[in-house]
Amino acid sequence: MASAFETRRRNQLIIAAAVVAVMIALPLGVKDVYVQNILVLTVMYAALSQAWNILSGYCGQISLGHALYFGIGAYASTLLFVKFGIIPWFGMAAGGIFAAAIALLVGWPCFRLGGHYFTIATIVLAEIGLILFLNWSYAGEASGLQIPVSGDSWLTFTFLRSKLPYYYFALGLAAVVWLVTYFIEDSKWGYYWRAVRENTMAAQSLGVQVFRSKMAAAALSAFFTAIGGSFYAQFVSYIDPDSVMVFQFSLLMALPAVIGGIGTLWGPPLGAAILIPFTELTRSYMGGGGKGTDLIFYGAVIMIIALARPEGLLSLVTRTRHAPP
Amino acid sequence: MANAATIAQILMSGLLMGLIYALIAAGLSLIFGLMDVVNFAHGEFLMTAMYATFGLVVLLSLDPLVLSPIVAAIMFVVGAFCYRVIIVHAMRARTNVGMVQVFATFGLAIVIRGLAQFVFTPDYRSIPKSWLGGQTFSIFGVYMPAPQLAGALASLLAFGALWLLMKRTDFGKALEATREDAGAVGLVGIDRNRVFAMGWGLGAALVGLAGAILSIFYYIHPDVGGPFALIAYVTVALGGFGSVFGALAAGVIVGIVEAISATVLQPSMKAIGIYAVYLLVVFLRPRGLFGH
Amino acid sequence: MSALLETEALTVRFGGILANADISIGVNEGEILGLIGPNGAGKSTLFNLVAGTYRPTSGRIRFEGRDITRLPPAVRCKLGIARTFQVVKSFETMSVLENVVVGALVRLTSTRTAREEAYRVLDVTGLTRRAEANARDLTPPEKRRLEVARALATQPKLLLLDEVLTGLTPAEAQKGVELVRKIRELGVTVVMVEHVMEVVMPLVDRAIVLDLGRVLVQGAPQAIVRDPKVIQAYLGDRFHA
Repeated sequence: MASAFETRRRNQLIIAAAVVAVMIALPLGVKDVYVQNILVLTVMYAALSQAWNILSGYCGQISLGHALYFGIGAYASTLLFVKFGIIPWFGMAAGGIFAAAIALLVGWPCFRLGGHYFTIATIVLAEIGLILFLNWSYAGEASGLQIPVSGDSWLTFTFLRSKLPYYYFALGLAAVVWLVTYFIEDSKWGYYWRAVRENTMAAQSLGVQVFRSKMAAAALSAFFTAIGGSFYAQFVSYIDPDSVMVFQFSLLMALPAVIGGIGTLWGPPLGAAILIPFTELTRSYMGGGGKGTDLIFYGAVIMIIALARPEGLLSLVTRTRHAPP
Repeated sequence: MANAATIAQILMSGLLMGLIYALIAAGLSLIFGLMDVVNFAHGEFLMTAMYATFGLVVLLSLDPLVLSPIVAAIMFVVGAFCYRVIIVHAMRARTNVGMVQVFATFGLAIVIRGLAQFVFTPDYRSIPKSWLGGQTFSIFGVYMPAPQLAGALASLLAFGALWLLMKRTDFGKALEATREDAGAVGLVGIDRNRVFAMGWGLGAALVGLAGAILSIFYYIHPDVGGPFALIAYVTVALGGFGSVFGALAAGVIVGIVEAISATVLQPSMKAIGIYAVYLLVVFLRPRGLFGH
Repeated sequence: MSALLETEALTVRFGGILANADISIGVNEGEILGLIGPNGAGKSTLFNLVAGTYRPTSGRIRFEGRDITRLPPAVRCKLGIARTFQVVKSFETMSVLENVVVGALVRLTSTRTAREEAYRVLDVTGLTRRAEANARDLTPPEKRRLEVARALATQPKLLLLDEVLTGLTPAEAQKGVELVRKIRELGVTVVMVEHVMEVVMPLVDRAIVLDLGRVLVQGAPQAIVRDPKVIQAYLGDRFHA
């Protein structure tokens, strides 16, 4: 009995290793910068969505304000680099820790809120962050910050000639967050988070410290989201509040997880793999001329998937894990 | 130092705009109270109403104020249609009901925005001439722009009519009953789906009324709905999910807080005042001011 | 036998309603105690006070001599008080096994040992062959068992059962009675809130009858059943002698 479970777990790792191997090999033949760009964005969103999934999928606390942490990460590492010359590797770590601290700070009042009130609070907090950054002259206000890129360097994590190094870092990040989620699935935290998601009162009666659990999930989720933000800043070399801290972006971070399968291990990467190329391709082929046809198509597909497959597309690929006897 | 006249002006501006916010939020609150669905396309409904008004002005050369009931009626149909064709499927989800409706309505919002771009292009539009545009009334030195005043009055009328509808008509009682226990109403011969569709229609009609009046003094473009929708969500939550009249009180509070914040802080930071008030209120009352 | 749990002048007011008034009872270690009374007597209220879901307006609760009046449910569980819910609250998207593991994790940190403990508890409660099923797919009696299994996995000293035998067929109820006896044999003290007199009275060692928020009588079941005050309280309610 126990070994059937262990076999399942081991298979997950084998599949993951296979997927990573394919992903490593995938771009080696790709010279087209446009395609490279799509690949980078796909793995980045896989990482971001997986991080979001920790708090909102496993722990069930639906946040639609994760752009706050993404923006904090982007600005933290960029400010440290541009103003103090600190290399982005340290900046990334600093941004992650700072974002986790903010998550704990706002979590303290917000986690006593239930359901929709909590979600609206997350939206509101991100909007406050957006307004503050738009009015903060040190950070460039609406004009944002530019990262100087003089050549290719792993030290300063900037690359001119090819997008591939960015791709491999983002792939590494996505793999790390996946691995973290993998370990969560068979850990005390993982069980407790899911219990909190399913039924808070029952969880409490079984000894789960609900508040503490939510805080832990929030901090972990914010940490990785912020690192994604720092990465993005380095990738595009220019950030401003309207690109890293807007509400739309919070929704986009959540969308792959929802499409793929919220609260599952493979949902976010699957959702990202399908959604991001689809988004970019619709925009390119149908978006020209501002006619809005790309939006109509894109929106319709999201609606159809959300309505036809509420459990996410992952359920098409795997049977539900525990089929009744 | 702010004197009495300035304070009175700020309060009046805030009150008028606040009543309009309340009207926009009313529809959202109604739909939520009825079936526990947060409509993420609410801003796009507002935008559609504004474009509809614009289109009708161009076609019929009638004043937006005159057109507002027609626009409300059009939006009623739009709302009911969206329920019948889209939302009814979201309600059938057995899992993830919360996220399904968020993203189904999010997808709808994108589609509507795309349609607006397709039909009207992304260019900013405006209604150049109207009875109320640019007119101002004043009482004791306090100025009330005519469009905002009309909006505020329309809001009060709408809430009054809503109250009468809920308390005095059979439909209102059916609405209330479905709100209380959607599962049980079938047993007494109430068609749940019909009530939901009417609820969506009514919610959309309310925001349609607001949109018609807003079009008098706001530029119309595909993204105009966004900021209003955000204020509407916060207003509904502040008033308490499920309380339509809580949305009225909350709307007024939001309008006044916004007006004060625009003066005390920079105008570009005025929204922070609203957000801070929301966070403060739910910290003390986790279900909003009047939530169940 | 020492008192495992004691309440001292427990009083709860909800708005204008006095749900529990001046209740002082004790639960002895190792016993099966029945908490009965007509509708509205305040049984659920007392139950929830002991579980920690409600806070008393005045009075105290002591568990193993320690004052737990101010402690939240999660801490009480760690101290050894577990409970089931009348309206079953299973973790629907998780499997039966995973549900029970959540309970086991309050004492064990490793998920592997928690799973082993969960299997043991499933065996006691007769749910082993449903271990991999989704909780959502269980029949109502099975869900009740899951409630009990989950609570049992926390290795409680005191188990509070909220109407676990209500609404079961006679055969299912009998199996339930056997389960409660098995639980007591494992060294767990049981307090049961119940309605179904004919099943409960043969099972419990002692019964406390509540009426209108107060303790009416307490004692051996055979005596309670004949007590004219008890019969009076139940007039207008279904009662089987």
